[in-house]
Amino acid sequence: MTERSPRRAATRELLSAALPPALTFVIVIALWESVVRVFSVPRFLVPPPSDVLTAIWTERAPLSGALLTTAQGAVLGFLLSASLGTTAGLAFSLSRWLERGLYPYALFLQTVPIVAVAPLLVLWFGPGLRAVAVSAFIVSVFPIIANTLAGLRSVDPRLSDLFRLYGAKLGDTVLKLRLPTAIPSMMTGLKVASGLSVIGAIVGEFVAGFSEGNAGLGITVLAAYRQLRTDLLFAAVLLASLLGLSLFALVNVLSALLLRRLRAPG
Amino acid sequence: MGWVCPCLQPRVALGEAAPRSREITISSRVAIRGLSHAFNPGGAVLQDIELVIEAGSFVALLGPSGCGKSTLLRFISGLEKPASGSIEISTGAGEHTNPRTKLAFVFQDAQLLPWRSVLDNVALPLELQGTNRTEARERARGPLAEVELGDVHERFPDQLSGGMRMRVSIARALVTEPSVLLLDEPFAALDELTRQRLDERLRKLWQTRRMTVIFVTHALAEAAFLAERALVMSRRPGRIVLDHRLDLPEDRSFELRADAEFAAQTALLYRALKEHGAFDDGSHARSDA
Repeated sequence: MTERSPRRAATRELLSAALPPALTFVIVIALWESVVRVFSVPRFLVPPPSDVLTAIWTERAPLSGALLTTAQGAVLGFLLSASLGTTAGLAFSLSRWLERGLYPYALFLQTVPIVAVAPLLVLWFGPGLRAVAVSAFIVSVFPIIANTLAGLRSVDPRLSDLFRLYGAKLGDTVLKLRLPTAIPSMMTGLKVASGLSVIGAIVGEFVAGFSEGNAGLGITVLAAYRQLRTDLLFAAVLLASLLGLSLFALVNVLSALLLRRLRAPG
Repeated sequence: MGWVCPCLQPRVALGEAAPRSREITISSRVAIRGLSHAFNPGGAVLQDIELVIEAGSFVALLGPSGCGKSTLLRFISGLEKPASGSIEISTGAGEHTNPRTKLAFVFQDAQLLPWRSVLDNVALPLELQGTNRTEARERARGPLAEVELGDVHERFPDQLSGGMRMRVSIARALVTEPSVLLLDEPFAALDELTRQRLDERLRKLWQTRRMTVIFVTHALAEAAFLAERALVMSRRPGRIVLDHRLDLPEDRSFELRADAEFAAQTALLYRALKEHGAFDDGSHARSDA
C-alpha cells in the first residue's frame, strides 16, 4: 500500500492541475456556442465552435498541409535562433568587447517591427521557406541571447574562486562551471523563443508565404479572410496556437529532463 | 598536466582508503610582511600585518565581523593581491613551486556543484589540474573515506545534510594534498552539535596530515578547541592585537569543552576581543559554543 500511494498522489496532483483548465475550456466553448446560436450572431463575424470544428474536418487536407509548412518555417527559425543565439550569448560572456559591440544590434532584432521588415526578407531570401524561417529567427533570437548571457553571468563568485584557485583552464571553466550553471536560464530563453518562432513564421508568411503552392497557416488566414470564411480563419488560428503550444511543450519536456539531470530546481 | 608535488606520487600508488601513516609532512610556512590594504570606498581594511605561521601549525584567526580576516585569507590564497606588503609561502624543502597548487580553500558554504556526484565533486580539483577523470575519481576515494563518507560516493549534494556537504567540501580541499588549508568560517551556518563534531574531525585530520591550517572564525570556543595558536584581530582597520599560544592538550575531545583550563583560555580570547572593540558596534562574536 505504501508503494502505491506516491503514484496515487501523483495522479491526484496531475488531475488537480489538468482539471481546472479543462473545465474552463468546456464552459467557455459551451457559452460561446449557445450565445452565437441564441442571439443569431452572423457567422462571418463569430462562427460557433461547431462550425470551426467542421471546417477543420472538411478542410483537413489543405489545413494539414498548411500546418506542416508553417511548422517547418517555425522549427527551422527556432533551431537557427537556438544555435546562433546560444553561440552569441556564449561569445558575449567571454568578451566584453564583443558584447559591447554587438549586443545593441542584437537588441535591435528584438525591437525591429517584423511586419515592416518582412518584405525585405522576401527580397533577400526569395519567397517561401527561407524568408519565413529568417522571420521566425529574428523574432525569437533575442530572448535566447539575453537569457544565455544572464545565465552564464550568474555563476557564484566563490565557485569562480575555486576554479581560479586550482588554475582551471578557460575551457574547463566554461564546460564544468558556467554552462551547467547557465542551463536553467538558457531553457527559459528557449521556452520563450519556441512560442515566438511560430508568431514570426506566421508574420513571415503574410508577406512571403507563397512558394510552389505550399501555403502555410498565415496564407490560409489571409485567404479565409478575403473569402469571409471566418470558420476557416478560426481553424487556422487554432492550429497555429496549437503548433506554438506543442513546440513549447516539446522544449519544456527537454528542459525538464535536462534540469533533472543537472539537479537544478525546475 | 599541472604541477603535482613529486613527493605525492608514490603515496597515490598505494592510494587506499585506510588511514595512512604520513612520514613525509607536506606543510608550508606562511610569512606575511608589512601587509596593508584599503578598499576604494570604505578605507583601510588591514594595517601593518606582520605574521609568520610555522609550517604544520594550526592557527585560528579571530575577530569581529568586517575586521578583514576573510580578506587576509583571500590574500594568502592568492585570489586577491594586497595594496602593499608581501606574502611568502614556502615548503620546508625550499623547493620553488607554483604556490596555488599547494593551497586549498574551504568556504562558509560547502560550495559543491549540484550536478556532480559526491565523488565527482571531490575529484574536481584534480580534473582542473589536468588529471584524467578516471584517475581523479580513484584518488578522490581516499579523502572521502577520511571524512567518513566512503558510502555515499554516488549521491548528489541535494541528497546530503548540511554537515555531510561540508565534509564533502573538506574532502575536496584535501584531495590535492595541500600544504596549506585555508578555511573561512566553514561551520558557521551549521547547527551547534554538527559544528562540534566537525571541529573534532578537522582537528583529527590535522593531527594525521599536519598541513598548515589557517581557520577564520568568530566563535571563540571553536578557535580555542581547534587551534594551537589564536590570533585576535581588532575592528577595522584590522590589526593583530593578540597572538596567543593555546595551552591545551594535544588530543582534544568533546570533554575538553567542559574543562576549566579550556574556559580560561576562551575567556582570555574573549577579553582581547572585547578590549579591542569587537562588541561595540553590535557585531556578533560568539562566546557560546
